[in-house]
Amino acid sequence: MSRESAARFILPFLGLAAVLALWTVVSHTVAADLPSPWKTWTESKRYIFEPFFKDGEMNQGIGRLAFYSLVRVAKGYLLALAIGTPIGFLLGLSRGFHSAFDPIIQFLRPISPLAWLPLGLVVFQKSEPAAIFTIALCAMWPTVINTAVGVSGISQDYLNVGRVLKLSKFKMMTKIIIPASLPYVFTGYRLSLGLAWLVIVAAEMLTGTPGVGGFLWQEYNSLVYSHIILSVITIGAIGFVLDRLMGLVEARFKSV
Amino acid sequence: MAYLEVRGVEKSYTTSAGITRVLGGIDLSLDEGEFVAVVGYSGSGKTTLVSLIGGLILPDAGSIVLDGAPVSEPGPERGMVFQQYSLLPWLSVYDNVALAVDAVNRGVGAAERKRLTEEFIALVNLTPAQWKRPRELSGGMRQRVAVARGLAMRPKLLLMDEPFSALDALTRATLQDELLRIWGERRSTVILVTNDVDEAILLADRIYPMTPGPGAMLGPVIEVGLERPRHRRHMSLTPAYQKARLGIVEFLRACRRGAA
Repeated sequence: MSRESAARFILPFLGLAAVLALWTVVSHTVAADLPSPWKTWTESKRYIFEPFFKDGEMNQGIGRLAFYSLVRVAKGYLLALAIGTPIGFLLGLSRGFHSAFDPIIQFLRPISPLAWLPLGLVVFQKSEPAAIFTIALCAMWPTVINTAVGVSGISQDYLNVGRVLKLSKFKMMTKIIIPASLPYVFTGYRLSLGLAWLVIVAAEMLTGTPGVGGFLWQEYNSLVYSHIILSVITIGAIGFVLDRLMGLVEARFKSV
Repeated sequence: MAYLEVRGVEKSYTTSAGITRVLGGIDLSLDEGEFVAVVGYSGSGKTTLVSLIGGLILPDAGSIVLDGAPVSEPGPERGMVFQQYSLLPWLSVYDNVALAVDAVNRGVGAAERKRLTEEFIALVNLTPAQWKRPRELSGGMRQRVAVARGLAMRPKLLLMDEPFSALDALTRATLQDELLRIWGERRSTVILVTNDVDEAILLADRIYPMTPGPGAMLGPVIEVGLERPRHRRHMSLTPAYQKARLGIVEFLRACRRGAA
């Protein structure tokens, strides 16, 4: 192994060690309530080694909790794609639709999930649909905007081929517009998935539903702070894996 | 009235820098089965002329009539072969050609459409590559697909916009010879726009030189008095070839001197 590749292999571990050291120092000095890395590990390892145990509604292995969260995110995310993709195509295809709805979209886009969730609870009266509604509403914007950009940016050359051949509206969509905008659409899908995963924690915290975010909030209230850190690390790890998986899917469509 | 009549066609573009008059009154006529070339410097408005005849853009003034019908929109009866190929990169060679075959043969059975698609691919010698995507092909092969697609539209008029200018000289010569062969077999009506004088003489029956823009116009038509079938070899030594070449080059040079 050359010096450079050795450094590339070792440096991430050195970085990790530095962060753990800083964490240890902070937990022993300024923040006395912050559990040290070792304490976090000893109090959390059962949740990791037995990821699917279930002692009660809110005391379950991290695998089980992550599964609940993932299912909830999947529902909200699919809803976001189902709503966001057609809106994106309409925005990109129709000037009238763009003029009518783009201002509203730009206005709704920056609204935080924390603001939508109470509204969802009012509308749906139940925490589960309210959480899914919030995830969908917050996660769909990158899909909407990337799809719209992809569709409106299709090369005139491709559109001219369709015009010369006088393709029907349906063929124009399936043979030219959809395949040409697919790379952008999938960039939107990847960003939307990241957002959906961000929103899940807020949604579960506020609704108290079982899942990684719900567990995090409950352990805060029960003063088991090491489990907050366990949840945070789990959320980060899953988010990272999801992004990489979507990145692979995206690359597949970009290579066309 | 000729098969294609272009009369007094003008076109200007408005940009932030102001109005550019690209074409200043173009007259051109073409009989059925004729191969006509328009030769001019790059940037003189040749692509604009092709786009106008193709119906992709509309003229500010003047009229374009093909086979008695005014041109007001694009359509497969005016098949186009573009300089940058414009193949759909997500479709195979077969599917790119099939898109055109299907578009002009609505109501024809699937087996017959498949036969037609294969026939046009074979015409440009691409049968072994028919399931490849455009990015797997060389520039010359891509332009062959574009030619096959243009012919597959069974157009009344085939418009070719500098079809070979992006290719290296050897590939260009091969494709010119192939086009010569295909045209000899099918006698399509073709307008070829090019900046290559020799290409125009090799392929066309008549050549219109185009003055450099802005406000480009067509000069007096030059008849290419070469017998068909034509062959590249020895052709450049014939008096007819040299006469045509001299006519075009003199005209274009005179225009440039006048403009400079």
